[in-house]
Amino acid sequence: MHTRRNTILTIISAALLVGLLYWLHFNRTGNGMLISILQKSAILALVAVSMNLLNGFTGLFSLGQAGFMSIGAYVTAILLIPVSSLEGVYYMSGVHPSIRVFKVFLGSLPPWFQSLYPFFALILGASIAAIIAAIVGVAVLRLKSDYLAIATLGLSEIIRAIFSSPQLDGVTNGSYGLNKIPGFPKMFGGLVPSLVTPFVISAICIMLIVMLIRSSYGRAFLAIREDEIAAEAMGISLFKHKSVSFIISSFFSALAGGLLAMYMRSIEAKTFSIALTYDILLIVVIGGIGSVTGSVLASFLVTASKEWWLRFFDQPLDLFGWQVPLFKTGFRMVIFSILLMVVVLIYRRGLMGTNEFSWDRILGRFKRRKNAKGGA
Amino acid sequence: MDEIVLKTEHLTMQFGGVVAVDDLNIEIPKGHITALIGPNGAGKTTAFNVITGGYVPTNGRVIFQGEIIGENHPRAKMKKIYGGKDRSHFTRQVVNTPDKITRLGMARTFQNIRLFKDLTVFENVLIAKHCRINAGLLRATFRLNRAEERSMRDKSRELLRTVGLEEHLDEKASSLPYGKQRRLEIARALATEPSLLLLDEPAAGMNPKETEELASFIQSIKESFSLTVFLIEHHMNLVMDISDKIYVLDYGETIAVGTAKEVQNNPAVIQAYLGVEEA
Repeated sequence: MHTRRNTILTIISAALLVGLLYWLHFNRTGNGMLISILQKSAILALVAVSMNLLNGFTGLFSLGQAGFMSIGAYVTAILLIPVSSLEGVYYMSGVHPSIRVFKVFLGSLPPWFQSLYPFFALILGASIAAIIAAIVGVAVLRLKSDYLAIATLGLSEIIRAIFSSPQLDGVTNGSYGLNKIPGFPKMFGGLVPSLVTPFVISAICIMLIVMLIRSSYGRAFLAIREDEIAAEAMGISLFKHKSVSFIISSFFSALAGGLLAMYMRSIEAKTFSIALTYDILLIVVIGGIGSVTGSVLASFLVTASKEWWLRFFDQPLDLFGWQVPLFKTGFRMVIFSILLMVVVLIYRRGLMGTNEFSWDRILGRFKRRKNAKGGA
Repeated sequence: MDEIVLKTEHLTMQFGGVVAVDDLNIEIPKGHITALIGPNGAGKTTAFNVITGGYVPTNGRVIFQGEIIGENHPRAKMKKIYGGKDRSHFTRQVVNTPDKITRLGMARTFQNIRLFKDLTVFENVLIAKHCRINAGLLRATFRLNRAEERSMRDKSRELLRTVGLEEHLDEKASSLPYGKQRRLEIARALATEPSLLLLDEPAAGMNPKETEELASFIQSIKESFSLTVFLIEHHMNLVMDISDKIYVLDYGETIAVGTAKEVQNNPAVIQAYLGVEEA
């Protein structure tokens, strides 16, 4: 009934969002904080949605996100660090000769390839993660619930340990990490400025995931979440569908990991510790397990409140000459944790539950409020 | 002679030292309603689970539409503790997962209803249609199978109309009254386009009126979907009314086979199941 109105509202808000991003592009000075928070949120939103695909829609409780992100981040970083910076980056043990040869060869390729190369790097990193997920999945996906969580947690730690091992010094620079990673590339020959790129990539990927969820295969994922035995009795191959979900989730997590490398410009194995997975799990739970829009919303709210809105709790505060105690570095996280508890207590199933964002719901809420006022 | 849809040969299922199903030999002719009855713990549901691939049998063979879908013989540790019959009759192992067997055309319902509770009635049926999808993952994701998707939806709606649940399309499955949940579970099984339908106590928890409706419902879907039906049931009236042939299990062993009348008058059955004979 309201489909037309809803489409118009969606187009308007999308246009406003794009407008905001382009405005930020032209007014970069002074808005650094906002830009970096929005970019980080967009990247984390993609990881959160891909984690939600696995945990919320397929019902597989996996904690391997950080590991797959690190694969994407390292592959992207290694492929993108320019030849001229190699000496500086691998200052401790030197770079593996084959990487140098490869990069020199790349430098000789035509410019159209150079402009597409960062995207190839992202996709290659994601594909490697997907292949690893496919192989590991054969063993790991036999496990259920908590046991799957522990196995994927272990996998994530193994990947991290491998990247930081001294044997790989020439490739991953061991525990020193990689830096001088180029930032976000432009897209479509500059039509999309580098500042907007992460949003575009993240949006496209999330849209792909949503399309998958809404397809027949996505419905089969839901069936597995609801009742594995019944799903199998309905002719849904558990192994096939669980693998597909695991592989796709890992693919997009790794892609987001690549974006994170471009965002941070320097990575080390520690960046991808278990804490990162928990941060993303937090976003998924706060947003609602089984809600894509919930994950996106929560990633913006969590990132912004953690790194921006609550900043003032970390600074000393003078109230009419009285120095308020507690207001010092670290207090922000206390407040943040309390806020989280409050949110979880009020919204038992996350902000969105398993629902998706809809204009009808929002406008319906306004209407109800108006009616309530009128009645009183 | 009718064509045999499902046949088990010396089917035995043993858990540890307990022989839950012992040497079960059934033949289900096409288009018939066959019942499996027996007191609690007789091994009826276990037999169902073995036939549908939920368990790998300890010994014996399951043949569906002329194809061996499950076969096993006592191996490894089971060799020593095997307590069933015909231990060296079979030599191969054939294992199929339940989803494969469903795609071959055997659908089932569960004793304790197993609907996708948080999904709608329509989605429950639509999901069951997934096992007949032709489009691959990419084609389905990019909606290149639009015609197929539409026909899946149309068929699901049509099916729900046939079973009389069309006014509940968008309701959550868990919000349906009990009898309708049973009906939905049968509809969901039908959506997989089976030739053999296995019903595990479809009348459990139903009052006499609902049971009567169920009997005519089973008969009507049997006709309209040209099904063969194999059911487990406790309600004697239902079983006696609709089944062409009855197998009686007790402690895993088949104690009687025959028509409703024959079984009713079989002294072993009366002793094991129907209680003490009236004087």
